[in-house]
Amino acid sequence: MSTSQGLRAWLLTEEPTSRRQARMAAWYKGWLTLRSNTLAMLGLMVLVVLLLAAIFAPLLATHDPFAQDLGQRLLAPGEGGHLLGTDSLGRDIYSRLLYGARISIYIVALVVMVAPVVGLIVGTVAGYAGGWIDVLLMRMTDIFLAFPRLILALAFVAALGAGIENAVLAISLTAWPPYARIARAETLTIRNSDYIHAIRLQGAGPLRIVTQHIWPLCISSLVIRVTLDMAGIILTAAGLGFLGLGAQPPSPEWGAMISEGRKYILDSWWVATIPGIAIFSISLAFNLLGDGLRDVLDPKEGQS
Amino acid sequence: MSAIDIRNLTVWFGHGADRADAVRDVSFEVADGESFGLVGESGSGKSTILRAIAGLVPTWSGQMTVAGETLGPKRSKSFYRKVQMVFQDPYASLHPRHTVDRVLSEAMQLHGVRDIDTRIGRLLDDVGLGPGFRFRYPHQLSGGQRQRVAIARALACDPAIVLLDEPTSALDVSVQAEILNLLTDLRQEHKLTYVMVSHDLGVVGHLCERIGVMQEGRFVEVLSVEAMRRQQAEAPYTRHLLESSINSIR
Repeated sequence: MSTSQGLRAWLLTEEPTSRRQARMAAWYKGWLTLRSNTLAMLGLMVLVVLLLAAIFAPLLATHDPFAQDLGQRLLAPGEGGHLLGTDSLGRDIYSRLLYGARISIYIVALVVMVAPVVGLIVGTVAGYAGGWIDVLLMRMTDIFLAFPRLILALAFVAALGAGIENAVLAISLTAWPPYARIARAETLTIRNSDYIHAIRLQGAGPLRIVTQHIWPLCISSLVIRVTLDMAGIILTAAGLGFLGLGAQPPSPEWGAMISEGRKYILDSWWVATIPGIAIFSISLAFNLLGDGLRDVLDPKEGQS
Repeated sequence: MSAIDIRNLTVWFGHGADRADAVRDVSFEVADGESFGLVGESGSGKSTILRAIAGLVPTWSGQMTVAGETLGPKRSKSFYRKVQMVFQDPYASLHPRHTVDRVLSEAMQLHGVRDIDTRIGRLLDDVGLGPGFRFRYPHQLSGGQRQRVAIARALACDPAIVLLDEPTSALDVSVQAEILNLLTDLRQEHKLTYVMVSHDLGVVGHLCERIGVMQEGRFVEVLSVEAMRRQQAEAPYTRHLLESSINSIR
């Protein structure tokens, strides 16, 4: 107990004595703000549960997610040892849901690694450089913004074949322009501030100014936007799966599972409903967390 | 040799029909170790002169020779080792996500200073902040403390000339006096040349030897502080300024 209190005091001190302590203290204060937001913590908890479910899917699953048993098809939840019932091919829905979490996380992770990064680079470079570079980059952004997501995905799938990777590529390519716009707008307000002038007067070049001084201030609003968009990304991926353009059967992707259950929706409601609830709850969780992060990360608030 | 020699400086904003001249045909000289004040009401172009010297306003014509360097459209790295600037608003001049340590060490890194660790300690001492302030973020500092950090950043590379853009106008009166005294001490210690912009004649009279009075982008008059104290201004505008500042004290 005394060590945990010592740690708390160390983190909350007004006079940090090292770079590491100052950084940890800033993180800890952010965590305290986030923790005071009940809904955001609820969202975070749901996401942690999802992450754990994905990691420990082989341990938690009661059945092989791919094993078919036509004798046990369309069992209601609870029947025959199937916690959430079985689908039209007799596969255990609970186990498929767990493995499906892996696919959802995989999709989200891939999109998050591509879209915001591209958007951040394009937006900050356009905003800081100005002039014809700005015009060129932003018109490019407008062109990408004009592509409807699903139509582009269809084109990609037609060209490269159906699959998660191509769906992710299509989503990423259409998801970055909003980030570029946010980053550019932030950069425009930051670039003429005195602290950017001050670092220019120290002889810093544009690369250092953009990466070390402008990025840290843009990233917070991007992180908020990404968490809020996460729900949309999952829904788009599920939508592609539903249309048969994303993950291919027999992969337990949630959108594809709903699509398969569609035929039996009147007699066996659980086949489509349960993956639907899963998509709904993690989308909601991401939205709640995003709202909480906005309170923590907004640089203009300056936690005092 | 004069530290700063400005000849026929004109600074404008905008192009073509929108062009507005902020500074018109201004010439002045500041000797080595001198402290020169620029006074005038807001919009008279005094801050713009500083910004043009510092290289923050690219649209200017005329001749500027600063610290032996004739200035072109771009400033060299060695220029920034000799000339630094302190900004008006201490709440806007520090990066909100960087600690004091980060601000100072980055400035030193950029100027290729060695043994940054010990120098930061000494620098913080110089500006009257203890080592306890080293790892704080700007939001954990008061306005006066922030301005001290900004001054420390300007001094990080041991410049010869410091441009002060109303360094005290955003602060409380008591803190103003502290910062002014700090600037006076630092000037003696480091043999600095100051160019200071202010709309407050009292502040300028405290720190400067000579004063350029500006109105609508032009110099109305250049006079010594003694002459100002004796109220021996020649131009009617300067007299008007002096009278109003004396009346405001009473």
